[in-house]
Amino acid sequence: MQDKSLLQNKDMLVYKTHSMKGKDISQGLGFMLLVLCTGTALVFLGSIIYFITIRGIRVISWEFITDVPRMAMMKGGVAPAIIGTFYLTLVSISFAFPLGLACAIYLTEYSPKGTIINIIRLSINNLAGVPSIVFGLFGFAVFVNAFGFGVSILSGGLTLGIMALPGIIATSQDAILAVPQSYREASLALGATHWDTIKKVVLPAALPGILTGVILNVGRVAGETAPILFTAATFYTRGFPHSIFSEVMALPYHIYALMTEGTHPEVQTQIAYGCALILLCLVLSVSAIAIILRQRQRKMYGQ
Amino acid sequence: MTKERFYKWIFTALAFSSLFFLLGIMITLLVQALPMFRQVGILRFIGGKYWYPTYSTPSFGILPLMLGSVVVTTGAACVCIPLGVGSALYIHELAGPIQRAILKPVIEILAGIPSIVYGFFGMVIMAPMVQRFFGIPTGLNAFTASLMLGVMATPTVCSIAEDALNVVPSSFKEASLALGANRWQTLVKVIIPAAGSGISTAIILGMSRAVGETMTVLMVAGGAACIPRSIFDPVRPMTATIAAEMGEAVMGSLHFHALFAIGLVLFVITFIFNIVAEIISRRFRLRLGLGR
Amino acid sequence: MDSDIKIRAENVNFYYSETHVLKDISLDIYANQVTAIIGPSGCGKSTFIRLLNRMNDLIPGARMQGEILLDGKDIYSPRTDVVELRRRVGMVFQKPNPFPKTVFENIAYGLIINGIRDRAFIRDRVKQSLKKAAIYEEVQNRLNENALMLSGGQQQRICIARCIAVEPEVILFDEPCASLDPISTRKIEELILELKKDYTIVIVTHNMQQAARVSDFTAFLYLGEVIEFGPTSKIFTVPEKKMTEQYLAGRFG
Repeated sequence: MQDKSLLQNKDMLVYKTHSMKGKDISQGLGFMLLVLCTGTALVFLGSIIYFITIRGIRVISWEFITDVPRMAMMKGGVAPAIIGTFYLTLVSISFAFPLGLACAIYLTEYSPKGTIINIIRLSINNLAGVPSIVFGLFGFAVFVNAFGFGVSILSGGLTLGIMALPGIIATSQDAILAVPQSYREASLALGATHWDTIKKVVLPAALPGILTGVILNVGRVAGETAPILFTAATFYTRGFPHSIFSEVMALPYHIYALMTEGTHPEVQTQIAYGCALILLCLVLSVSAIAIILRQRQRKMYGQ
Repeated sequence: MTKERFYKWIFTALAFSSLFFLLGIMITLLVQALPMFRQVGILRFIGGKYWYPTYSTPSFGILPLMLGSVVVTTGAACVCIPLGVGSALYIHELAGPIQRAILKPVIEILAGIPSIVYGFFGMVIMAPMVQRFFGIPTGLNAFTASLMLGVMATPTVCSIAEDALNVVPSSFKEASLALGANRWQTLVKVIIPAAGSGISTAIILGMSRAVGETMTVLMVAGGAACIPRSIFDPVRPMTATIAAEMGEAVMGSLHFHALFAIGLVLFVITFIFNIVAEIISRRFRLRLGLGR
Repeated sequence: MDSDIKIRAENVNFYYSETHVLKDISLDIYANQVTAIIGPSGCGKSTFIRLLNRMNDLIPGARMQGEILLDGKDIYSPRTDVVELRRRVGMVFQKPNPFPKTVFENIAYGLIINGIRDRAFIRDRVKQSLKKAAIYEEVQNRLNENALMLSGGQQQRICIARCIAVEPEVILFDEPCASLDPISTRKIEELILELKKDYTIVIVTHNMQQAARVSDFTAFLYLGEVIEFGPTSKIFTVPEKKMTEQYLAGRFG
């Protein structure tokens, strides 16, 4: 904003010619265009949240959140779907977190420069870009069929976990890199081994950042549908899942199923609004927490 | 020291997991798609105009599906490039400190809206609106799908493009302003070219996300597996085809393998997108003298 | 004067990828003496002392030639245990770098990673080290506070205490007062004079007065070469080389 005032002063000094006016007009138009773009984007995104909140709030009640579905979805609630989403997220993160963290530790602390590191980086970037439905195919072929886990929480959780891996690696890496090099030097200069330094100094200092990254990925995993289509999700269960090998209802899949299956479209659309609102609240609040925490941490490191 | 070496060895092994999974995905897709290619042939699969997987004499041509993906992705690009890059420029150039402090995290949070929500919104609200506005038989078509996909990719594009703008050294800007250029000229002639490849990376990654997106197109694109003649025709992109038909395909049947073959095609397309994005962004960093 | 040689550097050359940073350096560092290394910034003085506990191993693409002997043994021989070497040759850095842990945990860290579990012993050693670092009075009631809450000068003395706690033989100071105020600097200098009874000390400084105040020997480095090395009293009064005289007179650097 400083340069703005600078510029205005300058404009006053300069003799105003026609070309000057032309410049100003194009600047005005250009900036208006940018405002328009931003406005449109925000209106669009805002209206999604607005409509879903307004229509969803009517459906949501204590019963809707805590009860099992009754009378072919006409009554009762969607508690099994909420619980199912919770289990799937839990399995995927407990798989992806240790693996992703180990990977991030290697890349930041151990990696020799050169070919190996480039191959690993490249494969992480590409894994991040694989379409979610392809993860679903992989999970279906490997976990459901080849490993014989069937359509289950385990299959779905592992599939989601592989999908979350690149994100967890990236965020953990950032957190570890943000630990000042001086901590490592201090520890090594005291005669600590490399592993001691990582375990006792680097990881504790990076922990807040790593956890923030995990929370961020929890939000993403919870909202995914395509990877669980054929690996974990089912439209209707009579109650809550019994074991890691049961198939489950999940919020995002439930919305899809309500809109495409079943026999009472009107009622089902209303329930779908309710589910969408719950999902939106869960996912957005989780990622909002993570992003706000991250901004605080960045400020603390003075970035 | 041996303990040290042990840990290093463990971490090295685990670090290869991503490569392992990537190869695993590739091999799985190849193995499962192979019977398809062997029986039908790659050219007839990719170039075939008819997708009738369940007819008594089935036909497995994915041209209509690929065209569906192309139409929807191009449409999405028309929406998310102006909106995403425009808002990134707005945040970078026009927003004051307070606006920026709010907009940046809000955009990042919005990037987390699950795709199923876009699909749902597109189905129940956008599609009827489109249908009424244009007076067409159905609102579930390529146009609505493009719109929803574009809006969905906007926060991603905006966020990455804004990062790219931020890396441009402020000395460039100062130099231009000092020569008597106004802010708009500086933005268009200096900052955007300097951040150009960073912005292209943002766009490519946004596109890559749109090509691979499933739920939104599954619910909104209309699902007709024929070659679209206009933007208002219903289409069935590749991702939607896999999602919709996997449940019905008999395991081990040709149809089943065909769906994996589509997965392979998708994988290859996004792989290319990512490699291109990687190359461009590396060149970008080198050109600005940022190293690596 | 005790003339035992603790560390001997012989024809040390050091390269950062293509840049030749240290050129043929030979220096003797005497036990229980303070050796100061002075010179304009960029002359390689920090690089040199980081070679003495192999901290430069962390820099990718760096290369070292020549020998550095600690008690007559080459510390760059493949048989050297780097971890053990760094325990014997401690280091205090330019910017105070306490861990984001409590004062107590900071001092106890070196003991715990060296496998000491005896709580009473640790408590005792922490107290001793803090006393030796002349900080005990100020922090005795704040042992469970985060060390980052202390002032810069206090943090630096905590780092010295942390270094002392593992009982090194040599302490390397890499411009320890560069980021401190004059009063804290004074305290650290007094401390260094106190510590030399028990330890061999090497200090890098760009402050010539500081070198004159605390050191017994001084080495003047310029562009990666040792221009002159000798007793501090001699270097500061009757330097042999013209360049040393000019530097001390503030003509360059």
